[in-house]
Amino acid sequence: MTVNSVDSFQTEPLGRFAGFGGRFVPETLMAALIDLEDAYRKAWDDPGFQEELKGFLTNYSGRPTPLTLAQGLTRKVGGSRIYLKREDLNHTGAHKINNTLGQGLLARRMGKKKLIAETGAGQHGVATATVAALLDMECKVFMGEEDVQRQRLNVFRMKLLGAEVIPVTSGNGTLKDATNEAIRHWVSCVEDTFYLVGSVVGPHPYPEMVRNFQRVIGDETRTQLLEREGRLPDDVVACVGGGSNAMGMFTAFLDDPTVHLHGVEAAGAGIATGKHAASLTEGTPGVIHGSFTYLLQDEHGQVLPAHSISAGLDYPGVGPEHAGLKKTGRVRYTTAKDQEALEAVRHLSQTEGILPALESAHAVAEGIKVAKKGHPDSVVVICLSGRGDKDVESIRKGMGG
Amino acid sequence: MRMKEVFQQKDRKPLIPFITVGDPDMSTTLDLIRLLDDEKVTGIELGVPYSDPLADGPVIQSASARALAHGVTLPQVLELADKAREIGVTTPLILFSYYNPILQYGPKSLVSQARKAGIDGFIIPDLPWEEGREMSAYASKQGVDLIPLVAPTSRERVRQIVSDAQGFVYCVSSRGTTGVRHAFEQEVDVFLDTVRKWSPVPTAVGFGISHSDHVQRFLQHADAVVVGSALVRKIEETGEKLTNPDRRNEALDEIRQFIRSLMNTVRTVNS
Repeated sequence: MTVNSVDSFQTEPLGRFAGFGGRFVPETLMAALIDLEDAYRKAWDDPGFQEELKGFLTNYSGRPTPLTLAQGLTRKVGGSRIYLKREDLNHTGAHKINNTLGQGLLARRMGKKKLIAETGAGQHGVATATVAALLDMECKVFMGEEDVQRQRLNVFRMKLLGAEVIPVTSGNGTLKDATNEAIRHWVSCVEDTFYLVGSVVGPHPYPEMVRNFQRVIGDETRTQLLEREGRLPDDVVACVGGGSNAMGMFTAFLDDPTVHLHGVEAAGAGIATGKHAASLTEGTPGVIHGSFTYLLQDEHGQVLPAHSISAGLDYPGVGPEHAGLKKTGRVRYTTAKDQEALEAVRHLSQTEGILPALESAHAVAEGIKVAKKGHPDSVVVICLSGRGDKDVESIRKGMGG
Repeated sequence: MRMKEVFQQKDRKPLIPFITVGDPDMSTTLDLIRLLDDEKVTGIELGVPYSDPLADGPVIQSASARALAHGVTLPQVLELADKAREIGVTTPLILFSYYNPILQYGPKSLVSQARKAGIDGFIIPDLPWEEGREMSAYASKQGVDLIPLVAPTSRERVRQIVSDAQGFVYCVSSRGTTGVRHAFEQEVDVFLDTVRKWSPVPTAVGFGISHSDHVQRFLQHADAVVVGSALVRKIEETGEKLTNPDRRNEALDEIRQFIRSLMNTVRTVNS
């Protein structure tokens, strides 16, 4: 058994994955995307770049993150042994920094001094502002007006880090609209500005690039588990909004047929209520933010708003690689409701002393269900993509506290 | 087919206005099409409202949102084109839509239905050359033109994009979204001249053109100009009058004067 899996998930021509993906953007951006793809491939294959990135991941972000055996939760559930991949212990509190360090270093290599980013909950905005401060770059973060209100603390964090936060009032004032506005801004200054996309979404090469900057999650998990258990996991569970932590985790196990992969979308108030963010489960194929993928839309192709207690999952699209993995059947996609996520927060807090982000709590909720069906010899790995400090207010409200 | 010929008709204004269909309502849009047809413009862009118009600035975003609030859909835009043909409109009609509504309708059936409805071309701002090959070939077979867009950032892509262009080539005047600009960079002239040199079909320039000075300037480097946001804003400003039966003609006349004013300088120069 090899430590690192071979990557069979190759990008097809025009940036497609099992037919999904591509580049559906205004012509003004095409040359920039082609340049970006070229620069990214050269950097990715350059040992010097890899070493520099590894240096920052190790000495700045604190990688490798631990793989924690959740003994209390395992006892309580009474099935498989549950491990947690602790992305919450990264600098800035989530997996987002893996990608912002990667793209930030790439931007520097391309001679760009200005970063722009979209953000929903503010985690990617904070991670981008952090890297901009670290690499001495200008940073503008586009954030929906409603999210600015909901996530005031993160807005302040970004400003403290020296970033400019631009509230977006178009559309519904959420992540979808912030992304539109970031793209619109990029069109106006594409030559000197690097758009640091926060998830495995958007036009090619972003989905592939972000996945590769996040695959450190899965590669580490694989190595750590082989060391600890001498075997691969039976199940791997991760939450899916745009889907970057899940892609980063799954990529390392795609070629291991014995490893069951589970992606968990937000079912919000419940699928039947229509107030959810389950793009893969309930959506249909179409184009959103430059990519052919699954999205929530009406019969005429108008994008519908998403709903989730977790601002990071509150997105009507999903990364095209997930759409491809749904099509091939390699990953099972399921959902967890707001209430299930809140219960998972309580369970994990009380059995492990770990307060998960609401996004990650969706994975914990499903992980518990999967583990229940297992036995003490089986292993479930849950990707704990972020810590919950940012969500305490939402959690308190959600629990009626 | 109709489009290429129209560029050669000397009695037409070298102007391609854009309107958002259903703003302020469908019957007004039909009146506006008739008005623009009377004014003998080169083509009329019929904007299909979309929830996420990422190439558009605030003016067209708002118009799109207003039209969507009335439930305007792509099939209704086709019906409207059909009605316009029924009442004798002869100006080329160009369907402007983001790709997702087209994808949900089905690109092939849309081409056939659009052709039946009297649509002469498509502009799809988020369907770049590489992704549009199949639709372009299919539309071309049906005699409908998929108008390619080129931008100042296209650089060496220009040649490839215009090589098999149909109808006309849409040149984006500058970086950024649609909407009024006060100034344009000097290099844009070089870009427009380059496109014109390589293009087998006429060229039109759009994005930010709102004034007769712009029109005059750009007509030295392109065969027509597209005016979108400035007209849509005019329609927004006169919206209340337009929907008031007693004042509708007054408002339509204001819009007619605006269209003529865009050509003012050009006329003076030519006469």
